[in-house]
Amino acid sequence: MLKTILIGFKDVKLVFRDRAALILMLAAPFLVTVGMALVTGRFSGNNNSGALNIPIAIVNLDNDSIGNALVEVFNSPELADLVEPANSSTAEAARALVDEDKLAAAIIIPAGFTQSVIPQNGNIGVNAQIEFYANPARPTSAGIIKAVLDQFLTRLDEMQISGVVSITQLIASGKITPQEANQAGAELGKRLENNATNFESATAIKIKTSTAAGETNDFDPLAFFAPSMALMFLMYTVSYGGRSILAEKAEGTLPRLLVTPTTSAQILGGKVFGIFLTGAAQMFILIGATTLLFQLHWGDPLGVIFLVFAAVFGATGWGLFITALARTPAQVGSLGSALMLIFAVISGSFFQIANMPPFMQRLSQITPNAWALNGFETLALGGTLAALTTPIAALLTMGLILFLISAALFGKKNLMQK
Amino acid sequence: MTNILSAQALAKNYGDFQAVKGVSFTIQEGEIFSLLGPNGAGKTTTISMLSTLYIPTSGDAIIAGYSITKRPMGVRNVIGVVPQDLALYEDLSAKENLVFWGQMYGLNGKALSARVDEVLEQIGLADKAKNKVKTYSGGMKRRVNIGVGLLHKPKLLFMDEPTVGIDPQSRRAILDTVKALNQQGMTVLYTTHYMEEAAELSNRVGIIDHGELIALGTQKELTKQVGETETLILHVGKNEDPSVLIATLKNLPNVIDASVIDHEISVITPSAKDILADAIGAANERGVKIHSIDIREPNLEAVFLHLTGRALRD
Ligand SMILES: Nc1ncnc2c1ncn2[C@@H]1O[C@H](COP(=O)(O)OP(=O)(O)OP(=O)(O)O)[C@@H](O)[C@H]1O
Ligand SMILES: [Mg+2]
Repeated sequence: MLKTILIGFKDVKLVFRDRAALILMLAAPFLVTVGMALVTGRFSGNNNSGALNIPIAIVNLDNDSIGNALVEVFNSPELADLVEPANSSTAEAARALVDEDKLAAAIIIPAGFTQSVIPQNGNIGVNAQIEFYANPARPTSAGIIKAVLDQFLTRLDEMQISGVVSITQLIASGKITPQEANQAGAELGKRLENNATNFESATAIKIKTSTAAGETNDFDPLAFFAPSMALMFLMYTVSYGGRSILAEKAEGTLPRLLVTPTTSAQILGGKVFGIFLTGAAQMFILIGATTLLFQLHWGDPLGVIFLVFAAVFGATGWGLFITALARTPAQVGSLGSALMLIFAVISGSFFQIANMPPFMQRLSQITPNAWALNGFETLALGGTLAALTTPIAALLTMGLILFLISAALFGKKNLMQK
Repeated sequence: MTNILSAQALAKNYGDFQAVKGVSFTIQEGEIFSLLGPNGAGKTTTISMLSTLYIPTSGDAIIAGYSITKRPMGVRNVIGVVPQDLALYEDLSAKENLVFWGQMYGLNGKALSARVDEVLEQIGLADKAKNKVKTYSGGMKRRVNIGVGLLHKPKLLFMDEPTVGIDPQSRRAILDTVKALNQQGMTVLYTTHYMEEAAELSNRVGIIDHGELIALGTQKELTKQVGETETLILHVGKNEDPSVLIATLKNLPNVIDASVIDHEISVITPSAKDILADAIGAANERGVKIHSIDIREPNLEAVFLHLTGRALRD
C-alpha cells in the first residue's frame, strides 16, 4: 500500500517536471477555454472597458415604493456597466425573452409586494414573492443578477423586521393611529429607496427562483467551455499516464521495479494511482484558475470535488484501456489523442449535445466527458452534491468496468513478467 | 565455502528460439564470478531469470536458500541488480532516484537518507546529487545505475555489462568499485564481453556462447585448456586491409590460428618469438603496414577462440 502511494507520488512529480505535458495539461485547456469564449462572445459585445451589460427584464407589477426602489437599483449608475435592464409590461413576455435566450434573467415583482413587506392601514399584506426567472444557458450572468437581487432583499429584510416591529409597537402603545401608520409605512419605503444600494449581509426573505425549461440554442461560453476543455484535456492526461506504463517498460524502470521486493499489483496500482492523482490535480488547478481569474461559479464545492474525483476515475479507466490495447508508448499516445478528440466531439464539448442527432446523444454516454459536463451544468445552476447521483454513479461504473477489462488484458499481455 | 547461488539446467526459450539452453553453475559466497560471452550469448537472459524477472522455461536456481521459481520474493530481498541498460528516472536527480529505489527496497526515514548519502559517496556523485540524471554524462549515469543496486546492501549483486559504452576513466572507476564492494564482502555476478574485465576481476569465469556454458573454472584452469600457447598481436594501421594476410598467416608453420578484430591481428602459436620473423615477412609481402607488436600469454580470449573458432568480439 505504502509503495503504491510512493510510486503514484513519483509519477506526479515526473509529470510536473515535463514541460510539454504541463503545456497540454494546463496551458492548453486554459487558453482554448479563453479563446473559445472570445470567439463565441463571452467577452464580446462589451466594447467599453469591462462592461458586462447583462440583459435582463424587470416586470414591476407592484408599482409601489419597494418595487420602484428595486427598479431604481437596477437602473442606478453604479450598475450601469453591469446590467442592461429593460422594463417589460407582462411576466409572460419577459419569460418568453429569457426562453429565447435574449435575456439572462427576468425579475418579476408581483402586485402587492410592497404591501406584503410593509404593513399598510395596520394590515400586513398577503405573502408575495419576487420571481427570479434565470436563463440556464447563461448561469454566470444569471448568477450575477441574482447576487444583486439577494443583496437588495437582504437590506429589505432588515428594514422590514425593524419596520414592522416599530410600527406595530407604535400602534399598540396608542402613539399613532392606524391611519398614521400608513404614512409611516410610506416613509419607511422612502428610506428604503435611499438605502437600497447600501448592501450587506445575508438574506432571509425568500425569492422564488425558477429556470427556463427546455433546451437552449446559445450559451454562456466561458461557463460551458471551462469544464468541457478541462475534461477534454483530462483525456490527454490519462493517456499520458497510460503511456508512462509502457514507457517505463521500454526504458527499463518497470523491469527494475519488478526485481525489487514489490509485487506487480503494487506497481500497477501505483501507476494507476499516479494517473488518478495527476488528473485530479489538473482539474482542480483549472477550476481554481478560472474561478480566480474569471469569477466563474462552478457551484457547490463538495459537489465539484466529488464530481472531479468521479470524472477522473472514469477517465483513468479509459487511459488504462487504451494502454492495454496498445503495444508501444507511441501507440498509446496516438490512441489517446484520437480518443481525446472523438470524446470531445461526441460528448458535445464543442457544440451543445442537444443540437446533435439522438444516436449521437446516446453514443456520448460512453464518454466520461458527457457525464461530467452534465454534472458541472447541474452544479453551475445551483445544484448540490445530492443532485449528482446519476453522473457520479455513471462515471464510477464506467471506470470500474474499464479497470476490470484492462486488468484482464494486461494479464494476457504479460506486461509484468515474462 | 558455501554456495550463495546454484543454477540447475536453467533454460529460456523466446518462442521457438532457445536463448539459454540449460546452464548449470554455482557461485560461492564472497567471490566475483564472471559470465564472459559475445553479444547475444544469453548473459542478460540468464541474469533476468536469476533476478526473477523472467520465469525460466525449465530448470531452477537457488539463491541464499530461495528458489527463483518458487520463492521469488525471498530472492529479491537478497539480490541487487544493475541492469545492462540504464534504468533510471532521467527527470529525477540522482538523490531522488536513490531515495525512490531505496523506498522500493523497503528502506525509509533516517536509515534511508543515511544510506543514500553513503551510496552517493561510494559512486562519487555526492556533489552532483541534486542535478537531474538527464544532465549527467554516460559514465555518471552508469554510476547512478550501479548505486541503485547497492542501496539495500544485497548479499549478491548482479552486474550486467556495467561498463559498456563509457570512457576508459569511468570504466576504471567502476572496476575499482566492484573490487571494493567485493572486499567489503559482497558476492558479485558480473557479465561482460571484455576478456580483460573478466580477467582482472574474477575468481572464476564461465564462458557462455549461443546459450551454452562452454567453459567454467578459474582463469588458470581455463587457459590450460588451450595448451601452452602464446598470442602474437600485430597492430595495423586504420587504412590497412589485413584480411588478406590472415590466410597467409594461418599457413605458416607453428601457427595454430589467426584472426583479426578491428586493427589487431591475433596469431596463436606455441612460441611467438619463433614465428615473429615469418609473420612480419608475410605482412611486408602483402603490403600490410605493422605499427606495433605485442606478445601475450595465454588468455581468455585465446580460450574462447580455441573453443569456438571465433573471436570474442565478433
Ligand atoms: N525478448 C526477447 N525476445 C526474443 N529474443 C530475445 C529476447 N531477448 C533476447 N533475445 C535473444 O536471445 C539471445 C540472447 O540474448 P541476451 O540479451 O540474453 O544476450 P547477451 O549475452 O546479454 O547479449 P549482449 O552482450 O548483446 O547484451 C539473443 O539472440 C537475443 O537476440
Ligand atoms: Mg546483455
